[in-house]
Amino acid sequence: MGQAYSAGLTVTESTILRKERVLPLKGEVLVKKGDKVKAEDVVAQTLLPGKVIPLNLANKLGVTPAQLVNFVKVKAGDQIKKGTVLAENKGLFGLGFMKNSVTSPTDGEVESVSSHTGQILLREPRIPVQVKAFMDGVVTEVMPGEGVIIENKSAYVQGIFGIGGETVGALKILAASPDEELQAGKIDESCRGSIIAAGAFIRLEAIDKARQMGVKAVITGGVDDQDIKKILGYDLGVAITGHENVGITIVCTEGFGRINMAQKTFELLKKFEGFKTSIHGRTQIRAGVIRPEIIIPLQFQEEELTIPETRLPILEPGTLIRVIRQPNFGRIAKVTGMPEELTKVESETLVRVLQAEFEDGTRVMLPRANVEVIES
Amino acid sequence: MQYDEKQLTRIVATDCGSTTTKAILIEWVDGEYRQTVRGEAPTTVEAPLNDVTKGVINSVQELEELARLKYNNPNIRFMENGEFVIPRKGDLGVDAYVSTSSAGGGLQMMVTGVVASMTGESAERAALGAGAIVMDLIASNDKRMNHQKIERIRELRPDMILMAGGEDGGTVKHVVEMAELVSAADPKPRLGSGYKLPVIYAGNKQAVPDIEDTLKDKVGLIVTENIRPKLEMENLGPARDKIHDIFMEHVMQQAPGYNKLMAWTMGPQHESVPIMPTPAAVGNIMQAVARAEKIEVVGVDIGGATTDIFSVFTEEYIFNRTVSANLGMSYSISNVLASAGLPNIMRWVPFPIDESELRNMIKNKMIRPTTIPSLLEELVLEQAIAKEALRLAFEQHKEFAVTLKGTQRQRDISEAFSQSTSGATIVNLMSLGLLVGSGGVLSHAPRRNQSVMMMVDAFLPEGITRLAVDSIFMMPHLGVLSEICEKAATEVFNKDCLIYLGTCVAPVGRNKPGKPALTARITLPGGKVFEEEIPCGELRLIPLGVGEVAKAQLKSHGGTFLDKEKNKELEVELHGGVVGILLDTRGRQPFELPTDPAARISSLKKWMRELKAYPEEILK
Repeated sequence: MGQAYSAGLTVTESTILRKERVLPLKGEVLVKKGDKVKAEDVVAQTLLPGKVIPLNLANKLGVTPAQLVNFVKVKAGDQIKKGTVLAENKGLFGLGFMKNSVTSPTDGEVESVSSHTGQILLREPRIPVQVKAFMDGVVTEVMPGEGVIIENKSAYVQGIFGIGGETVGALKILAASPDEELQAGKIDESCRGSIIAAGAFIRLEAIDKARQMGVKAVITGGVDDQDIKKILGYDLGVAITGHENVGITIVCTEGFGRINMAQKTFELLKKFEGFKTSIHGRTQIRAGVIRPEIIIPLQFQEEELTIPETRLPILEPGTLIRVIRQPNFGRIAKVTGMPEELTKVESETLVRVLQAEFEDGTRVMLPRANVEVIES
Repeated sequence: MQYDEKQLTRIVATDCGSTTTKAILIEWVDGEYRQTVRGEAPTTVEAPLNDVTKGVINSVQELEELARLKYNNPNIRFMENGEFVIPRKGDLGVDAYVSTSSAGGGLQMMVTGVVASMTGESAERAALGAGAIVMDLIASNDKRMNHQKIERIRELRPDMILMAGGEDGGTVKHVVEMAELVSAADPKPRLGSGYKLPVIYAGNKQAVPDIEDTLKDKVGLIVTENIRPKLEMENLGPARDKIHDIFMEHVMQQAPGYNKLMAWTMGPQHESVPIMPTPAAVGNIMQAVARAEKIEVVGVDIGGATTDIFSVFTEEYIFNRTVSANLGMSYSISNVLASAGLPNIMRWVPFPIDESELRNMIKNKMIRPTTIPSLLEELVLEQAIAKEALRLAFEQHKEFAVTLKGTQRQRDISEAFSQSTSGATIVNLMSLGLLVGSGGVLSHAPRRNQSVMMMVDAFLPEGITRLAVDSIFMMPHLGVLSEICEKAATEVFNKDCLIYLGTCVAPVGRNKPGKPALTARITLPGGKVFEEEIPCGELRLIPLGVGEVAKAQLKSHGGTFLDKEKNKELEVELHGGVVGILLDTRGRQPFELPTDPAARISSLKKWMRELKAYPEEILK
């Protein structure tokens, strides 16, 4: 008997969350420490440098790069408007006949003019970027010029995989049980602007209906790989997601294929039906793992905001686990024993195993690598 | 500086990988260098610990504990007060500590050139050879618009940029234009914000003043010798050395704890031994072995996210390395399916399977990369995917490991009608002497016979080739060790690093199904003789243990040959291994699987049964 560290996903009715909301570049923070913010509030903003447009002035004027200096009308740092003359020659015999000039295709600034290559670089105006709070909460820290930290108390579920960015809406449960497939017929006008939850599975037809009805996000146990491919327009090679612009956010709690949503997850979502929920599908499996999140903010007092110590999920007798590979993929069990010795499984691989009991009482031996702890 | 056993009797070497820090102990025991114990611990370069040395200490503590147990000596210690004691004083301390690192994503570079297939490719070769991941190659002729190139440079956040372009005295304009694009993008380094992004210029030397004008205010510019001083000459050494220097001076300085680690790595006289990027160290040891054994070598490391292939070919021992960034067995497994296509994976599976089930299984492995195949059927599927990942990575390697493009060479009359041109691959499987596999799927396959099957099916070795696996991926440690003691590195490589699997014999050329392909008379140690005329389309496995040698008389039939001199008859010695000698008459150039599904499954089962790759129940 013993214990071991393992991978785990959190499903909890109440936890203290702490979210960094930072700008991609230095900018301005719009809130102060102690401010109560709503998910939709802008907390920081900045201006990203505009695109650079290169133009070969020398070629356009028909002069050599070294001669360009005699014709160019602007210099690095000059502000320009669309149509500003950048350079012009003097025309035939210097009398202005057939005069040729080059004008700016954009508003912006001159970045540089090169006498080596005859190239001018123009920079378009800056692009404003805003960072929203994403979840209701309190600003507990301000990083000047960079962003803020927002804290709150929430019911919280980590998904295993998702697509689509951050969104906010009211939670609506459309499945009667965690093993139900969500049919398109159940999605109607009443779902507009909300985050809907299926049970075990949702097909493309129902996802399309959800998009038509203006649903913000879908939570499901599983989804078919080919349906995700059709939504994205390409096959996912590596799981780095969250930036897709597909009109809806999708979060899977269990994996690919039809897999019952864990009872605990389903019950939690049902309990908080109608609550305002923040959700994103961002997933990154490599170093610095990011998983999709479902955040349901709760009422809290500020003194409750003490972040629980981060600890690695532990496998030991009594731990609730989810099987994450065949056989028994998706089933929930409780650890009953942690034998030390290496054990040969059907594939003849020698592995560390654990003993576990399913909810129906049947007992199994499972490779430790093929389970994940359900944290609460 | 090279040392011998007088100064080096006990050495600790670590490899700080992205997830695991692996430590090995190398000792001078009974007149030879041996790897004696090994330990490992999670790498601690990321939060919450943010200090790579913590993982090193943990792995070295495990080494100490195991060494105490092994020698039944409770006094053995390598570190004191959290630091190595160098040199060794009896039970306390070691004579040297060396390390490699790929933690924190390794060394990530962007390279530029004028012509993508010439100076661009040379720059890419220099960067890859130095152990980098090449995020993008930007060239004047790469068909992207200039503004797209600027956007691309800006969104990549490399550790450094290598700029090549123009032979000496050649184009200045294109090289400076590229510098202007880099300057306009104003790229920022990936780690740390307190320093300028290092940019190494290794192009036309006539352009240096203009490059300095354009770039010196925006980036940390370092000028070195031209990588391609003439079209027909490649000079990668100086650029590679600069990459290593900057990796140490700038990049590693930014990674948490590396300052301390850099101070730790030293030889017996307290002289610093630079930390090497892991792949560069692997390149080092492979070149050392190829030279020492006078053979051509291919090594492959198939990981969860990427597959690295290293090769040393030709009489000049030309080293090449490629990284197939999105071919791997977990994080990138789904990309193997996308790149190879389902039919190519299914062609290796000896049973029918539902397509959507397989696709979902692959995606689930991608999102839960640490799971292992518990069911036999899933193991067979993963190994089928591995074959395709290896095949694709090797194809990319063959396309990259080529003679210089854009050059002309004099030909004699015998070559006048041949198709060989500049840019032809130097990878010649017929002259390859040793194929080494590593990475979980090859090193930890439940049966070593499965490793042989995967390597042979994926690489299709030709003629006579020895096969081995690096069971614990010790090559990086030995590569950096060779910097201070080549003798220790090559001795340990031969004795402890490799597990020899055996030798593959495969005649090359066309032959007709059912006709005889190979007549083999193999005299095993002890006098037992294997003799058979083997028809086309067969495998034969003849057990021959590690260190054993058999005498073989081989004769190929039809239009097939056994070596690069196109001999059809050979008398050779064949080396054994944990699997044995594999006689493969399934054909090379071409190797073709039956197209009819039933015939294909029947052939696969026959071969897998002969090779004892899987338990009988799955082959019924």
